[in-house]
Amino acid sequence: MRLKFFANDSESAAIVAVLAAVTLIIPLCNLIFPPGSPLYFSAYSVSLIGKYLTFALLALSLDLVWGYCGILALGQGAFFTLGGYAMGMYLMRQIGTRGVYGDPLLPDFMVFLDWQVLPWYWLGFDYFPFALLMMLAVPALLAFVFGWLAFRSRVTGVYLSIITQALTYALMLAFFRNEMGFGGNNGLTDFKELLGFNLQADSTRIMLLMSSGTALIAAFLACRRLMQSKLGRVVTALRDQESRVRFLGYRVEMFKLWVFVFAAMLAGIAGALYVPQVGIINPGEFSPLNSLEIVVWVAVGGRGTLYGAIIGAILVNYGKTVLTGLLPEIWLFTLGAVFIVVTVMLPDGLMGLWLRKTGRAGL
Amino acid sequence: MNNAFIDRYHTFDFVRGPVVSAPVDVKHGVALYLEEVSVSFDGFKALNNLSLYINDGELRCLIGPNGAGKTTLMDVITGKTRPDSGSVYYGQNIDLLAMDEPAIAQAGICRKFQKPSVFDKLSVFENLELAMNAEKGAWTTLFAELSGPQRDRIDEVLDLIDLSLHRRQQAGFLSHGQKQWLEIGILLMQEPKVMLVDEPVAGMTHQEVERTAELLLSLRGRHSVVVVEHDMEFVRSIAHKVTVLHEGSVLTEGTMDEIQNDPRVIQVYLGD
Repeated sequence: MRLKFFANDSESAAIVAVLAAVTLIIPLCNLIFPPGSPLYFSAYSVSLIGKYLTFALLALSLDLVWGYCGILALGQGAFFTLGGYAMGMYLMRQIGTRGVYGDPLLPDFMVFLDWQVLPWYWLGFDYFPFALLMMLAVPALLAFVFGWLAFRSRVTGVYLSIITQALTYALMLAFFRNEMGFGGNNGLTDFKELLGFNLQADSTRIMLLMSSGTALIAAFLACRRLMQSKLGRVVTALRDQESRVRFLGYRVEMFKLWVFVFAAMLAGIAGALYVPQVGIINPGEFSPLNSLEIVVWVAVGGRGTLYGAIIGAILVNYGKTVLTGLLPEIWLFTLGAVFIVVTVMLPDGLMGLWLRKTGRAGL
Repeated sequence: MNNAFIDRYHTFDFVRGPVVSAPVDVKHGVALYLEEVSVSFDGFKALNNLSLYINDGELRCLIGPNGAGKTTLMDVITGKTRPDSGSVYYGQNIDLLAMDEPAIAQAGICRKFQKPSVFDKLSVFENLELAMNAEKGAWTTLFAELSGPQRDRIDEVLDLIDLSLHRRQQAGFLSHGQKQWLEIGILLMQEPKVMLVDEPVAGMTHQEVERTAELLLSLRGRHSVVVVEHDMEFVRSIAHKVTVLHEGSVLTEGTMDEIQNDPRVIQVYLGD
């Protein structure tokens, strides 16, 4: 059954196996081996790897949109950040009276701004199920409204890319404003607990890594199922010949819209898992630059394969961690160079190269 | 405020399923009515007061010099281009001008493009699967499984277009002539009432042209087929009735012999 499920697709089987191993073995290493042992993973590395996994999920979501629908979305970070803010708002409400000002009702930044009442859109965020719903619903709603307008008007190509970029930029400017009620340029931070678990505790970090790994595996399998269905073939067809698909009787804009919305929800989950692991969310995450970086991850890994996006995100981010540690000033140049090299020499990314080497590359 | 938002029984387009239009009514024997259709692009009249009737089940050839409006005519019928004036009916009852491309395609009017447009990344089999006459909503396609009869239908079309041996091959690797046939197969899979076929034999070898002629002739009676073609020999081999377009209107209609002896046609093609 399992073999048949991954028939002719050993890469997918391999990536699921590796992700499952990471999700299980790293926590074990942290628990079993004493600090100092070469096999020990510190709490810092656990959170770092957890963060990579959320980035991989984000890259996966972009691959659906870019690799399969052919929409070069330069604003995928917006959905990620919105999911992150929804989680951040829940975490803020969990602080309770332990803030600097100790106000029982308002988060610190609102006390600082001399606000008297909690804004209406913060209501309900005390409850995790509501916050969870918002992590999915807010990105989905934005993607739906945006996609509905853009795809129905048949905005495509570079114009669509620019609008998505503008979308995330506009959100960044809005969230920078204190009056928005999301903590302005400081964002939301100083979190204490998630579902009653102390965020500083190693065990919580391990649980977050395991949740991120599980979410990534589940999302990967869901995306794979989606793209192996007839819907996946319609989407692949419309990427290359949009008008032809329309003349076959398919409402192209609806296909794009639903994939776009689904991808936004995945990005929202990624953002929600990212925030407790890094301990902060601020408007900088909306920066267009961040969204461009996601495109680089997917391009490096190879778009249109799903696992390529995951590999690309993890490799580039690992490179970023290493390089910004050694020579922080050259990171952006390196990123730019990597993008140019990949675009010019490896249009199908590392996975494209691998598939060609193993003789399975298509057109 | 828009009433639609207050009316609790209002169904918005985006939750509605595919448009299920009434079946086309062709009891007068006419599948397509185009009356006084005009289209202009930046002052250039691509179609000029054109009227044309296509009978149910007939095979009609459209010829005319470049710029005569042949492709624009197909664009108007399939919903790609909106005419400035005139009316376009499918049977007596369906107003094509009120529909968009997917709705027109679902109603049974399909089109083969001038340049072969197949899905290069998908296999031959998958190309036909996508074209199949089935529900085409996003949710339905997510859970769609091919039924036995649907597989048989694909096999049947694969045989008909002589691509059975290439069923697993990516369409992008097919030869030009095979792509043309695959696109004809895509049309057949949709089980259309009306097929608009733009230059089906461009770039084909002599044998391929003959086979295509046979294929198109075999469709007569079951489908209305409109063929646009420059290859006069090919037109002669299939045409019963030929319509000549010139400067966006119908110049004349008749059998190939009548057309070829018509001084106006000779003038249009050869100049003074």
